[in-house]
Amino acid sequence: MLIIENLKAEIEGREILKGFSLEVPAGAVHAIMGPNGAGKSTLANILAGHPAYKVTGGSVIFKGQDLLSLAPEARAALGVFLAFQYPIEIPGVGNSAFLKAALNAQRRARGENELDAFAMMKILREKAKAIGLSEDMLKRPLNVGFSGGEKKRNEILQMAVLEPSFCILDETDSGLDIDALRIVADGVNALRGPERSMLVITHYQRLLDYIKPDRVHVQMDGRIVRSGGPELALALEAEGYAGVEEKSA
Amino acid sequence: MTQADANIAKLIDEPYKHGFVTEIESDLAPLGLNEDIIRMISAKKQEPQWLLDWRLEAFAKWQKMEEPNWAKVKYPPIDYQAIHYYAAPKAKSAPKSLDEVDPELLRTYEKLGIPLKEQEWLAGVTPRVAVDAVFDSVSVATTYKEELGKQGILFCSFSDAVKNHSDLVRRYLGLVVPPSDNYFAALNAAVFTDGSFVYVPKGVRCPMELSTYFRINAENTGQFERTLIVADDDSYVSYLEGCTAPKRDENQLHAAVVELVAHDRAEIKYATVQNWYPGDAEGRGGIYNFVTKRGLCKGEGSRISWTQVETGSAITWKYPSCVLAGDHSQGAFYSVAVTNNRQQADTGSKMIHLGKDTKSTIISKGISAGKSQNTYRGLVKMARSAKGARNKTQCDSLLIGDKCGAHTVPTIESRQPSARVEHEATTSRVSEDQLFYCRQRGLSAEESLTLIVNGFCREVLQELPMEFAVEAQKLLGVSLEGSVG
Repeated sequence: MLIIENLKAEIEGREILKGFSLEVPAGAVHAIMGPNGAGKSTLANILAGHPAYKVTGGSVIFKGQDLLSLAPEARAALGVFLAFQYPIEIPGVGNSAFLKAALNAQRRARGENELDAFAMMKILREKAKAIGLSEDMLKRPLNVGFSGGEKKRNEILQMAVLEPSFCILDETDSGLDIDALRIVADGVNALRGPERSMLVITHYQRLLDYIKPDRVHVQMDGRIVRSGGPELALALEAEGYAGVEEKSA
Repeated sequence: MTQADANIAKLIDEPYKHGFVTEIESDLAPLGLNEDIIRMISAKKQEPQWLLDWRLEAFAKWQKMEEPNWAKVKYPPIDYQAIHYYAAPKAKSAPKSLDEVDPELLRTYEKLGIPLKEQEWLAGVTPRVAVDAVFDSVSVATTYKEELGKQGILFCSFSDAVKNHSDLVRRYLGLVVPPSDNYFAALNAAVFTDGSFVYVPKGVRCPMELSTYFRINAENTGQFERTLIVADDDSYVSYLEGCTAPKRDENQLHAAVVELVAHDRAEIKYATVQNWYPGDAEGRGGIYNFVTKRGLCKGEGSRISWTQVETGSAITWKYPSCVLAGDHSQGAFYSVAVTNNRQQADTGSKMIHLGKDTKSTIISKGISAGKSQNTYRGLVKMARSAKGARNKTQCDSLLIGDKCGAHTVPTIESRQPSARVEHEATTSRVSEDQLFYCRQRGLSAEESLTLIVNGFCREVLQELPMEFAVEAQKLLGVSLEGSVG
């Protein structure tokens, strides 16, 4: 579903991705781990189309299309979803109003009919319940005053409602306690399926106990330096990233 | 300009939709301002002697006054002799029905989306709105007059009111904004041409929204309208004012005066959606909106609220205010003022607390974009007599881009120890991260900005009558198109 080839990118003149390549087939869950500064969040933002980053080389093919040539909202309509590491607050805009606007914008772009308020509320209530978010949260302004855990859960709620084909989870586990982690992981796992792929970006192996990946990649200094099965994550836990560097060198 | 700013910049740049000119024959007074012109205006309107005298007195006062220059707005000197003070679409006589109104005029209002035909009342489906349409200096049509008249409600053009309800007008004209109040009020008192008049009798709750649409059309004219709304004891009225003007290279002056009087336990809600031509991106042309609006909460327990969405005008200079004279009276000011390109705004409110236990609320949302300057100026005054009075002021600024300015000039004067005044202010920017978040979820850049801005203005928008809240939201989106973050 996603083929990244030799991607190079920079921000404010600094090169972050230095020839990044990765293939994620449909239905697969891949994990990306790596030290700070490796460019993991950069990768996530570039795939989603953040305008601050500049791609200087390479290509990204998503569902057979040139992803880099599409605007962020077009990528969303095509099925790309980014669960942000630091979800943004938007005062005065209700959570459910936002979701309705977003979902309908995507449906419009795909030529599907838009959902009315009743249909929307029904869907929101169901999915919110499944994620363990109260109905009250649906009315509150987007992310305003939400705790860290609530914000992350809200990201997963949005994922559940928008039903994307490719989910990028950017350090979804950061700032979560064990219970919240379990709830988020359950939410993510419930969305796994043969038509959906996921890229789980994380520092810690712990999340991968709950969201078991099919493949694990180690990103360092803007490139993938090692790939393996789920046991690679455990090895990393034991030896640290320095261990990986030595082996690659 | 960073890439971020450039991206947001592309979002705000739509041409003013109402910039068309209506080709119609106008009855135009010669350029200039002097006693003869005033007599001419008064004669054309067949006014009684007392009103002509009132005008001439105001003119004499105006000639001795100096134009104020303390606001944070800059403009080249206005040549008061280079303006036509009267411009009316030529008509053989006052039209008695819509059939007699020039079809060009009707087409104008249709284009603006303003309903001049009384709609069929579809039991609760289509809300009725009575409309007084003012084109340049005259009112061309007023709908629902008869039906409202059955309940004793007077809703007509100011000129009509002077002819048919002279005593009523005389009792209240200048009570709240006397000609001596300020330079532009004096000018208005001398040359005002038309506007709306509303009187709601005791105990009557006006059954529909009343509104006036002001349309400036002729070149080199000023528009000086005068509106007077009186709500007698225990009555209620909700009124909306809309304004548009064609696109021209020269500035045009709009110096209006609005006076509201609320008696015991009466309530007046006054809302404005102002979309005068704002000038082009270089700041050429555009309306000067220098307006004096004031409400007198005369009666005990009376209430007046001002809600404004100001998106147009080259310069907006106005302070809708309330004088809270009656004990337990309440005043409110809800405002969204948008400035883009090179617009300037110096606006806010004055809440003067005289009575006991009076309450006022000010919520001001300023949005600056482009190279514009947006200033909130407020005065909260607690007189010695205002025992137990309370005010809450919340003043928020949103900056879009790095070339605009937002300023706040609040003044609080209190001579009453038991009075409480609270003031809160915030300043924020629309960040590229907020926009990106919305876009990542599927909203276009424009939809995202509109969503964020509407969220920012929510508290004010929810004070507008529902039909107009929807229009206002769209207007906010349009007026910010092309602005750079």
